[in-house]
Amino acid sequence: MSVRGEALLWAAQRASAALLALCVAVHLATMIYAVHAGLGAAEILHRTRGNALWLGFYALFLLAVAVHVPIGLRAVLGEWLGWRGRSRDAALAAFALALAWLGARAILGVFL
Amino acid sequence: MSVLRVRVWRGSAEGAFQAFEVPRHASQTVLDVVTHIQRVLEPTLAYRFACRVGMCGSCAMTVNGVARWTCRTHVDKVARGGALEIAPLANLPVIRDLVTDMREFFDKWARAKGQFSGARSRADDFARVAPQSPARQDVDAAIECIGCGVCYSSCDVVAWNPDYLGPAALNRAWTLERDERDAARVERLRAVAGDAGCHACHTHMSCSERCPQRISPTAGIAGLKRAATAAALKGEL
Repeated sequence: MSVRGEALLWAAQRASAALLALCVAVHLATMIYAVHAGLGAAEILHRTRGNALWLGFYALFLLAVAVHVPIGLRAVLGEWLGWRGRSRDAALAAFALALAWLGARAILGVFL
Repeated sequence: MSVLRVRVWRGSAEGAFQAFEVPRHASQTVLDVVTHIQRVLEPTLAYRFACRVGMCGSCAMTVNGVARWTCRTHVDKVARGGALEIAPLANLPVIRDLVTDMREFFDKWARAKGQFSGARSRADDFARVAPQSPARQDVDAAIECIGCGVCYSSCDVVAWNPDYLGPAALNRAWTLERDERDAARVERLRAVAGDAGCHACHTHMSCSERCPQRISPTAGIAGLKRAATAAALKGEL
């Protein structure tokens, strides 16, 4: 990968980390609230279905995850397994798409 | 007179520790101990030193598992139970006993474009750099590196990625990045960015913890990351 690409990947990981700090906090707080309030699956779905705010929030969360995780794994694969070069980047691009696909299915599952 | 039990690495990549007993003295340094062994007990012991006063950066060794400048390290500070284990610096090939091959370490300074590149000629007036300017303050904080290799030897990323330029070379690049007279800024950022450069640093800060000159290469590397990101976003890289 070009030097510019590497520098931009680093920036993307930092930016996505900042986003994740916010998203994880909101996500955990919402889960704890839902459990303590005794909400069941039907009641949670009632709140999320058709709610563009939750759709937007989790879409942002998913985007941050799909960007952040593969870049972190890239360093782990390089340093621990010595796997570098195009094959590693292609595998991680596929992994990022898989994460995005699975996450999008989950989000749409509670929105639609 | 009390006695210090010392184990010293003998050999190169393959070898073993050899045990010695060295008389203890007040204010004795680890380099004093190694010198006593070589001059009195084992003349074939190879080690490297020059100035003995913390200026030349040639006497660094691994003392009880930690890289240190031995001429300024008192035995009192590092001996455990009256014992010392002295080995060559880690992350560098061992030539013999306590002497490492520093070529790769210094070659990386060159790969990081560690040379000053000026744009003025002798016909120009002197450059006037304000000592209190933020850029010059950054240079002052990082410029006193003596090239001892303690940071390089202490860095986990160097161990994981042999191509990684390492804290000392990146610290040098940072002093030039912040030198307003230098004219090779973008070229240098290209040389130090990426997987073998500043972006590989995990901010473990072992280099900053162990630098005998109290320099923080971690801070300089973070600065290089910011500078490289800004240059990448501007399309300069």
